[in-house]
Amino acid sequence: MAHAVDHAPAHDDHGHHEQSFFMKYMWSTDHKMIAMQYMFTGMLMAMLGGFFAYVFRMQNAFPGMAVPGFGLVTPADYNMLVTNHGTIMIFWVAMPVLVAAFGNFLIPLMVGCDDMVFPKLNRLSYQIFLLSAIVLIAGFFVPGGGFGGAWTAYPPLSAVGVYNLTPMGSSFWVLAVALEFVAFLLGGINFITTSMNSRAPGMKLYDIPIVVWTIVIASVLFMCSVGPLIAGAIMLLFDQNIGTGFFNPAMGGDPVLWQHLFWFFGHPEVYVVLLPTLGIVAEIICVFSRKKLFAYQTVLYTMFGTGILSFTVWAHHQFISGIDPRMANVFTITTLLISVPIAEMLFVYIATLYKGSITLSTPMLWALGFIATFLIGGVTGIYLGTAGSDIYFHDTYFVLAHFHYTFFPIAIIGTYAGVTYWYPKMFGRMLDETLGKIHFWLTFIPFNCIFIPLFFLGLWGEHRRIYSYELFDELWKYQGIRQFATVALVVMLAAQAIFIWNFFKSLWSGPIAGPNPYNANTLEWQCPSPPPHGNFAELPTVYRPPYEYSHPDRKEDFWPQNSPV
Amino acid sequence: MDIFNFTRLPAISSFATSIDDVIGWVTVLVGFWFIVTEVVLFYFILKYRKQNSPKAAYITGEEPELFRWISRPHAAVLVFDVFIVVIGVRVWLDVKQTLPPEPVPHVRVIGQQWAWSFVHPGLDGQLDTADDIKTVDDLHIQTNQQYIWELEARDVLHSFSIPAMRLKQDAVPGRVIKGWMDANAAGVYEIQCAEICGIGHGLMPGKLHVEDAAQHTAWMQAHSPVARIAAN
Amino acid sequence: MTPIATTRSTAGLPTGTLGVWWLLGSEIVIFGGLLCSYIMHRLSHDWWSAEAAHTNVYIGLTNTFVLLTSSLFAVLAHAAAQRGDGKLAARRLWYTIAGGGMFLCIKAAEWTIEISNGMTISSSSFWSFYYTAAGIHASHVIAGMIAMAVVAMDAAKGKFLHRVENAGIYWHFVDLVWIFLFPLLYIAK
Repeated sequence: MAHAVDHAPAHDDHGHHEQSFFMKYMWSTDHKMIAMQYMFTGMLMAMLGGFFAYVFRMQNAFPGMAVPGFGLVTPADYNMLVTNHGTIMIFWVAMPVLVAAFGNFLIPLMVGCDDMVFPKLNRLSYQIFLLSAIVLIAGFFVPGGGFGGAWTAYPPLSAVGVYNLTPMGSSFWVLAVALEFVAFLLGGINFITTSMNSRAPGMKLYDIPIVVWTIVIASVLFMCSVGPLIAGAIMLLFDQNIGTGFFNPAMGGDPVLWQHLFWFFGHPEVYVVLLPTLGIVAEIICVFSRKKLFAYQTVLYTMFGTGILSFTVWAHHQFISGIDPRMANVFTITTLLISVPIAEMLFVYIATLYKGSITLSTPMLWALGFIATFLIGGVTGIYLGTAGSDIYFHDTYFVLAHFHYTFFPIAIIGTYAGVTYWYPKMFGRMLDETLGKIHFWLTFIPFNCIFIPLFFLGLWGEHRRIYSYELFDELWKYQGIRQFATVALVVMLAAQAIFIWNFFKSLWSGPIAGPNPYNANTLEWQCPSPPPHGNFAELPTVYRPPYEYSHPDRKEDFWPQNSPV
Repeated sequence: MDIFNFTRLPAISSFATSIDDVIGWVTVLVGFWFIVTEVVLFYFILKYRKQNSPKAAYITGEEPELFRWISRPHAAVLVFDVFIVVIGVRVWLDVKQTLPPEPVPHVRVIGQQWAWSFVHPGLDGQLDTADDIKTVDDLHIQTNQQYIWELEARDVLHSFSIPAMRLKQDAVPGRVIKGWMDANAAGVYEIQCAEICGIGHGLMPGKLHVEDAAQHTAWMQAHSPVARIAAN
Repeated sequence: MTPIATTRSTAGLPTGTLGVWWLLGSEIVIFGGLLCSYIMHRLSHDWWSAEAAHTNVYIGLTNTFVLLTSSLFAVLAHAAAQRGDGKLAARRLWYTIAGGGMFLCIKAAEWTIEISNGMTISSSSFWSFYYTAAGIHASHVIAGMIAMAVVAMDAAKGKFLHRVENAGIYWHFVDLVWIFLFPLLYIAK
């Protein structure tokens, strides 16, 4: 272990220099600023994705009516909105906020060093990410409009302009996604190298906070799974533009090949976003129940196991797609197997609450809300992972409700949990607790009101990606339920204004947060709020694991990792 | 078991009830875990709130008597999963891995942007003969008769879905995919396309007409191209 | 202004090396996906062997030899860098780059012949794979050449000699991909 003079004050070699606005906010290599860039970009994209959901749900609930703020929704519009809602939420909201924003902000702080290992590469990764967002949005304005072949982009629909009627938009979409992948591959280099190589002296592998581990494992999963889809994206771009035949049966190609390439990545991808949220929830539960994480090593190995298993389940998305039916049985087994470690994670979090002393702060409400709702997502996955029942449920609203009960807890509840928890550290002020709790309930309850009915609609035979059910006699009678869900969505979206108000108001007038308002142990709470350039006045040394709360030998119920006693 | 039909649709094929049974059993088994977990979660939240529990215990989770509260449910989940795999695989084998023994009538189902077309075998019961009946949007079959369908797609991916039968299969251009169906109740049921196929994806519902033997024969006679040519 | 983070080495590996291996890992999965798709198609389409018969194994063999030789120079460059001889390391790196350039010229000639004989990227799915796989490989050769040029210019001034090894690792990877591509595209007929 080579430790240079790092107990000396960090950055004693730059007697600084007031940075210009451009250098400080737009050209920074500081991991905290890059984290903010990812976070704000992700939140803006979330507003766009949410707006798309509002428009297509309004069309669904009140077909043919001009949607306030958008106008009439044509079938082409509907497909474009549905496609880009999903694409934006997964690639331009969940990934940047959960992996890049929290990863960038937390990792150097939590392992006790002054920045990421490759700061310029870090900056480049954000710039490529921003470019990918610009390319995606540019695609909405080209002739023909934005791509409308679903976020899964199955060829031949996605490959042939005559079929999808958005020839330019399709290519912009694929290019944007490919650029986003490159950005995250570059970003991942920093997460791995910094957490493995730049740890504070004394921080052994089992002393690393779980959220750092989860982001590291997520980055490895991403790197190992995205390659085939990058190859696939190149193949699709070529099919779209230069007449190749990778997915064209007439030229000897195979449409189902794309599905394999897509889902080989697509399934690990959901764990790429799940793991960081699991990490965030773990941190919050420990702090707000004043308890050590139950069975840390088991949790860690379960996460590794889940990551590895996630590579073996992908074709459960393709049971009836024309794959060899015998393969479906293999994937049923592997898919049901993966429910076991996930269930274990939830059991462990509940066990961490046992004999704790629980404070129901806003972050804790979000963390507990995650457990309660992700559980629904998890159990409903069993219906879909079993090929026999998936015959009925495939492409229905049941699938949609299942993945919103996984993705929404992961991306939205997890984000709010993390932002409300680390806001004091990021900005030096406390958020308003009352507004925070109102925002929580006005998000949580409407969320359930939107998606529980959708489970039933799927059970009753309603298929996805259909812009109006007027032509379907068996389904039209449930229109009232669709309207109820849509009203709940509008309420939920409107309530996000409370969060935005709270966020900005507290920046100026929230109570000043000290370095450690929650009496937490991990290293990010042992430096000023917000941390200055270089993070720690004196780089810390670590003496113990991260969750020594309520230790019997201590008077106080917390024991920071870097306190020598 | 009828009680497991949660779909509010009739179960008209011979395998519909077995698929409903899988759904029913999964509901019972995961429902159990769901309820137990949520109850324990809420119980702990309420019982260990700060006002009830001012000081937390120091528990590492490696204590064996506590860790078995994780490892035993963990093992139980695995056992439940094995049960679900068994019942699921049995249904899958029946629906997707076996075809009824010949001779049975075949129908051709063709998906395209944006309509379903069907080729019925006609009175001679053989596909690809002169008396085949071609229709758009309307598929006619007879009650209590097994059929093999041959599914094709002309342009992009489509998916042949009949919820009342619990039947679904993607149609892939360049392939002919075969499966089987039967219906035990006369009536008119919906056919949906279950794979996004462009802007007209929501504009291609079809109708399945299940007719008893007499009605079905009458329909075939009325629509047979051979009979019409002869009549002309 | 390198952060202290960059200088630490808790896992025992220098950060630059860790970074290059990460990059290689991601590239392995990209090429792996492409090549697996190729193999799957090859196994299910008999007519592919008829198309593959049109590739010229002698040109492929020559290119293999050229790349392997250039890798040898990369190894020698690393040896020189370890001894601290930046100028020699730089010279050897330039030989490596020259090898890459020769590879590209031969490939350009090969493709010109094939295209003028009507075998274009849109002739059939075999040729789509052929040009795409070799083309993506070629783009990595170009990227490697540029990276090595930068490293060579620094090494000649005695700077950042440790990067010679990392550039070499990347180049060996590019070589390795070709070792997989060569039999798949040229030999298996």
